[in-house]
Amino acid sequence: MARIIVVTSGKGGVGKTTTSASIATGLALKGHKTVVIDFDVGLRNLDLLMGCERRVVYDFVNVINAEAELHQALIRDKRTENLAILPASQTRDKEALTLEGVEKVLNQLSKDFDFIVCDSPAGIEHGAMMALYFADEAIITTNPEVSSVRDSDRILGILQSRSRRAVENLEPVKEHLLLTRYNPDRVLRGEMLDIQDVEEILAIPLLGVIPESTAVLKASNQGVPVVCNNDSDAGQAYSDVVARFLGEEVPHRFLEPPKKGFLQRMFGGIG
Amino acid sequence: MNIMQLFRSRKAEGSAAIAKERLRIIVAHERGSRNGRDFLPAMERDILKVVQKYIAVQQECIDIKLDAQDGCSILEVNVQLPD
Ligand SMILES: Nc1ncnc2c1ncn2[C@@H]1O[C@H](COP(=O)(O)OP(=O)(O)OP(=O)(O)O)[C@@H](O)[C@H]1O
Ligand SMILES: [Mg+2]
Repeated sequence: MARIIVVTSGKGGVGKTTTSASIATGLALKGHKTVVIDFDVGLRNLDLLMGCERRVVYDFVNVINAEAELHQALIRDKRTENLAILPASQTRDKEALTLEGVEKVLNQLSKDFDFIVCDSPAGIEHGAMMALYFADEAIITTNPEVSSVRDSDRILGILQSRSRRAVENLEPVKEHLLLTRYNPDRVLRGEMLDIQDVEEILAIPLLGVIPESTAVLKASNQGVPVVCNNDSDAGQAYSDVVARFLGEEVPHRFLEPPKKGFLQRMFGGIG
Repeated sequence: MNIMQLFRSRKAEGSAAIAKERLRIIVAHERGSRNGRDFLPAMERDILKVVQKYIAVQQECIDIKLDAQDGCSILEVNVQLPD
């Protein structure tokens, strides 16, 4: 039986797909058989971030509609053993996903994989519901910014009342807070909510903090998940997140501005 | 006082503090209505009706707020009475 993990947020553009790509890759690098599914039907992007956009032949909707077999649609990752990608359809709309269809595919994947990572579309409508409904765990991707925090709280409400686990009165979905695009400099200047602020308001356990990083854009340019870049701050932060998700105790890093420019900031940053 | 404190002390003046306070209130409010307490607007209208039975007040003169702090919910009804 696979663990089903949804990466969700409500608000768009906060880093769900970046996170899904890196967490799925990270889990596979640790030896777990992992599949990552793009639920963003109509706006697929995961294939680009994973660097497999030219290998998409069939997609998630084709499988649901029995136009293709699951194994025909699954793309084996070239870099990482144990990793597969199920791309979204680019030509359909989100309504093409049905609970029955999604459940059938998840059940089938569950036989062969340890982890199923679901990259949710933005919003709280049909597509986001399909991505979160069957989840065992949820990674609530949040930016330290008012509308993102508020939307995360709404998604938490939906997980707690309308997910399968809620509806069937099972043990609740396990919630994790992932703070992304964190800018310690701006936090220090009082311009950005800090970790404690967000933790206090959402009141769920913190899985990790990913700093705002130039490495993320570079990684998406190249089609290589940023977790593969061991030299980068964001890459290391995602590796830590994966280890923590698997139960290892790893201290949080990158919460303070890089030490080097400190004097510079002291003399140049005031005012 | 070390340098970190110097920076922290400036924090309270930043807009992040305002963001946090606004979030605390709106999230408490929205959680309230999620937990089956979305009767607030209806109750607001009912309270207004009762008040208006005795005093001539306008809709704008009544302000109802549900806030939650330290595990305790506070319902605040403010009626601005005409002179
Ligand atoms: N830690 C980060 N540092 C810098 N840029 C980031 C970071 N995380 C994400 N981004 C950038 O933010 C943008 C949105 O990221 P991404 O596509 O992962 O978000 P999303 O939540 O999946 O968006 P959507 O809601 O549209 O699906 C991208 O341009 C990405 O490069
Ligand atoms: Mg996305």
